[in-house]
Amino acid sequence: MIATEKTIETKAAGAAWDVERVREGFPVLNQTVNGKPLVYLDNAASSQVPRIVIERGSKYLREEHSNIHRGVHYLSQRATSAYEGAREKARRFINAREARECIFVRGVTEAVNLVMHGYGRKFVREGDEIVVSEMEHHSNLVPWQMLCEEKGAHLRVIPMDDAGELLLDEFDALLNERTRLVCVGHVSNSLGTVNPVKEIVARSHKLGVPVLVDGAQGAPHLLVDVQDLDCDFYAVSGHKMFAPTGSGILYGKAELLEKMNPFLGGGSMIRTVTFERSTYAAIPDKFEAGTPAIASQIGLGAAIDYLNSLDRAAAHAHEQQLLRYATERISAVEGVRIIGNAREKASVLSFVIEEVHPHDVGTILDREGIAIRAGHHCAQPVMQHFKVPATARASFAFYNKREEVDRLVAGIQKVIEVFS
Amino acid sequence: MSELSELYQQVILDHNKKPRNFRKLEGANRSAEGFNPLCGDQLSVYMLLEEGVVKDLSFVGTGCAISKASASMMTQALKGKTREEARVLFDEFHRMVTGELDEEAETNHLGRLKIFAGVRDYPARVKCASLSWHTMHAALEGEESATTESLGPDLSGAVVSE
Repeated sequence: MIATEKTIETKAAGAAWDVERVREGFPVLNQTVNGKPLVYLDNAASSQVPRIVIERGSKYLREEHSNIHRGVHYLSQRATSAYEGAREKARRFINAREARECIFVRGVTEAVNLVMHGYGRKFVREGDEIVVSEMEHHSNLVPWQMLCEEKGAHLRVIPMDDAGELLLDEFDALLNERTRLVCVGHVSNSLGTVNPVKEIVARSHKLGVPVLVDGAQGAPHLLVDVQDLDCDFYAVSGHKMFAPTGSGILYGKAELLEKMNPFLGGGSMIRTVTFERSTYAAIPDKFEAGTPAIASQIGLGAAIDYLNSLDRAAAHAHEQQLLRYATERISAVEGVRIIGNAREKASVLSFVIEEVHPHDVGTILDREGIAIRAGHHCAQPVMQHFKVPATARASFAFYNKREEVDRLVAGIQKVIEVFS
Repeated sequence: MSELSELYQQVILDHNKKPRNFRKLEGANRSAEGFNPLCGDQLSVYMLLEEGVVKDLSFVGTGCAISKASASMMTQALKGKTREEARVLFDEFHRMVTGELDEEAETNHLGRLKIFAGVRDYPARVKCASLSWHTMHAALEGEESATTESLGPDLSGAVVSE
């Protein structure tokens, strides 16, 4: 079953996924680590960059680099065209109505902080409430705590069950006339859960409450349609969807972005400046002070082109097969427990091994050439829910293959052997 | 790079499984909490310091095998040591795991603690081995907490020339 609200349409039904051919496009995958072929299963932390994205960024630096929106000269025009071209690609990628609704940011952390400062500090008052979920990444939790502390507002938390699914009935009970914003992840980075964000948006809008969706793990795995979701903000990190670090998108509905305060002050975000006062530029420039990560954002545009060139339904089906296979094999190993068993999951698999700390798991797997994440995944409340200090997490991209799951399972068996 | 077996030696695995002095010390007159915000590990070190001598030492907390074994062996190594001896061992241990001290070539007092020397080949794990020592040091100096952040940026594996 395909885990999106808007079902990914198959371009060529039943088309096989040629994983070896896809892998050829990712130079970093072709190396050995500790004498063994690299198995990269840390995609939820940061995905790898395909050659065509590397080449696009490199072409920019070799031939087109200049500051944007400033010069009348040739190079500045070219840089500006490429940068704004990437914005239009971003618009199509998430199906925003207008390109000016896509603010370029360094990633989800900056996006959430931008909304906190621009929207939260302007519209949230003492006694108001902000709703987050129990499975939020710290980036969609800590900024809201900071806001609540500053304003005397209250943070309300949508609880989850032991499978790692949000309890929507509890959510309904949290919503009231004091709720100012609902902030929820599309896909949990620690559990893999795909949250019913469209439903959450619909329920919130009944009370007129806007919704921010953290799409860090949504954009790489699902087809995102912000108009279909009807969310008010949607945040994307480029480096988790095959683009360079320092790139990202904050989508916001134009009418909201327009009434928000600016975030960072400086160049590019102004209309007029005198010592008495300044007036601000229109969106998106209002939120893009200073020289942005031009090469990275152009790289994000290239990553979107790359994703569009794939059969994304087949890519998704491949990831889901890997997830199912890994879940089956890992849960069959004695002493291993999978954390997060939601009905709809993206290809993120957290697990713990009895009596072995995840950091030791990570080090031993690394010696086998396998990269996973070990730790709290910037989601300490999730660890507290499941009463574990940390988990080991394997996260799969469409360039991973079945043999790599076998290598992971063999690595887990080695861990158990070392600690037996 | 050393072999995995040099990191996960039997002694370390044994201390991980059965950590020594793993309890809250009743009657302690010094204690400190240690945090490693990167991994969420935390531990508390309790110390009975009398007349400048570490009369007793214990710890509780969660952590990986390296951090638990390091804390466990530290409590054994420091019991009965003077404050000054404890400071010297802290300094030697820290320099050994960060690769600044060659425990075979230079004079030192590390003894059995040398088995943690292999940690320096795993830059990501140096803080696991040193957290308990920093926490102990904070307790010794009368501070309430230690975090691995206070060590500054992790330069143990930094590449400055290629």
